[in-house]
Amino acid sequence: MALLQLERISAQYPGAASPVLSDISLTLGPQQLLVALGPSGSGKTSLLNLIAGFVAPSAGRITLDGVPVSGPSAERGVVFQDDALLPWQDVLANVAFGLELAGIAREKREAKARDMLALVDLAGFEKRRIWELSGGQKQRVGLARALAADPRMLLMDEPFGALDAFTREQMQELLLQVWQRSAKPVFLITHDIEEAVFLSTDLILLAPNPGHIVEHLKLDFGQRYSAGESARAIKSDPRFIETREHVLARVFSRRQSVREQRA
Amino acid sequence: MSLYQSPEPALTRAPANTARHQPSSFYLSTRTISALTLAVLLGGWWVITALEWVEPLFLPPPAAVLEKAWLLMTKGYMDSTLWQHLGASLQRIGLALFFAVLTAIPIGIAIGHNRIARGIFDPLIEFYRPVPPLAYLPLIVIWCGIGEFSKVLLIYLAIFAPIAIATATGVRTVDSAKLRAAQSLGATRWQLIRYVILPSALPDILTGVRIGLGVGWSTLVAAELIAATSGLGFMVQSAAQFLVTDVVVLGILVIALIAFALEMGLRALQRKLVPWHGQNH
Repeated sequence: MALLQLERISAQYPGAASPVLSDISLTLGPQQLLVALGPSGSGKTSLLNLIAGFVAPSAGRITLDGVPVSGPSAERGVVFQDDALLPWQDVLANVAFGLELAGIAREKREAKARDMLALVDLAGFEKRRIWELSGGQKQRVGLARALAADPRMLLMDEPFGALDAFTREQMQELLLQVWQRSAKPVFLITHDIEEAVFLSTDLILLAPNPGHIVEHLKLDFGQRYSAGESARAIKSDPRFIETREHVLARVFSRRQSVREQRA
Repeated sequence: MSLYQSPEPALTRAPANTARHQPSSFYLSTRTISALTLAVLLGGWWVITALEWVEPLFLPPPAAVLEKAWLLMTKGYMDSTLWQHLGASLQRIGLALFFAVLTAIPIGIAIGHNRIARGIFDPLIEFYRPVPPLAYLPLIVIWCGIGEFSKVLLIYLAIFAPIAIATATGVRTVDSAKLRAAQSLGATRWQLIRYVILPSALPDILTGVRIGLGVGWSTLVAAELIAATSGLGFMVQSAAQFLVTDVVVLGILVIALIAFALEMGLRALQRKLVPWHGQNH
């Protein structure tokens, strides 16, 4: 099974004075859902772009099953914050797009795409146009599209950031169900603390200037949801609240110290 | 009417229509107002000529123009029927458009996509584009003679620039998230162009074709006024020399009708090919 490794990664944009990420090391394997949480400027998006292969690190090594990452590839599926779907195709063709690029015959790829749409509760939406969908539905299509190409892992760039609170909770639960079934490692970034604590098996807290990991927590709230507990019960559990407040304090105290430095 | 005016969104207009419909019985749709304007103009033309306020030599009555139209369609003027003149003009612009689309879209994609192609083509296009085509027509005639080829080349050049520039703009403004999404689904460089860049740029390309056809049509007619032995422009020009005013008026009307039809046809094509354009996606 897939294993992603980041060894002492640093990243710097050309011409920038200071790096955006410094000395990041982490591993991500099957049954893991790693969430990177941090304030804006902490390099979450840069970290995702590095793993996706959209940008190259200035130092360090990223490998997937021992093979160095050298650019974007179908091995690492990405779900974007804005849907990034193709409006000139219908829902089914969007989900089948990765398979079409791989040269798979129409019947076969559409059968696979139908399965994926069913997996994200969008059966019956095959012929809809992208602009007829709601924000949550678009994100489901984005997820189905990434899964249909059968990547070895999933990268999610604030996938629920643009959704309303109600849809966001539904999507979190859907993600846990899909993740449980597919068993693919997931790397997700967010700035929503409750979402991070609820979803992750591994939670890394990032702090800015330059982006680095300040804490790595192992959590099991998502697994409890998969085991059948209700999402609301988990989120109102005192241990959940305690973890949430701890994380909040960590992120907040970093911010305060930055403010004091500036003053 | 303005040739490049974008169609008003029907959805936002509709509620206002129905709201105003009920209290006032005097409500007229924009289309009706346009039709009435046209009718008043035609009526004025008829009245002026029927009362003989103007000599038929300067403004022939509508009936005479219609009669001439029938004559032109059946017997012809200057060795060719109206259809043959129209056909000659349409063939020229059709050929020019065909080759312009064939070359300007790939070059526009190259300009928008590739730094070196931009360096080569951008200054060339920006240099010749502002020059009125009729200013370099004499040079084309010296180089290529007065045959069909030089006229098609002239119109081709006039159409090429707007399409290439619009394509390049469309390519440059492709949503980078869509490109990255396709890349992380395994798209190669060519697949990116075929599946993402080209469809993304299609609304801009079609706008370029619309503008190009407008410019091309006016260039064509002007070129035919100067150097041709057939075509609508030639028909108008030679009729003017013999003061056959009804043919002049008829020619101008046909030229305007064709321009209008081209514009409407392309708008319909745009609605059919890029229904997502302007949608909130």
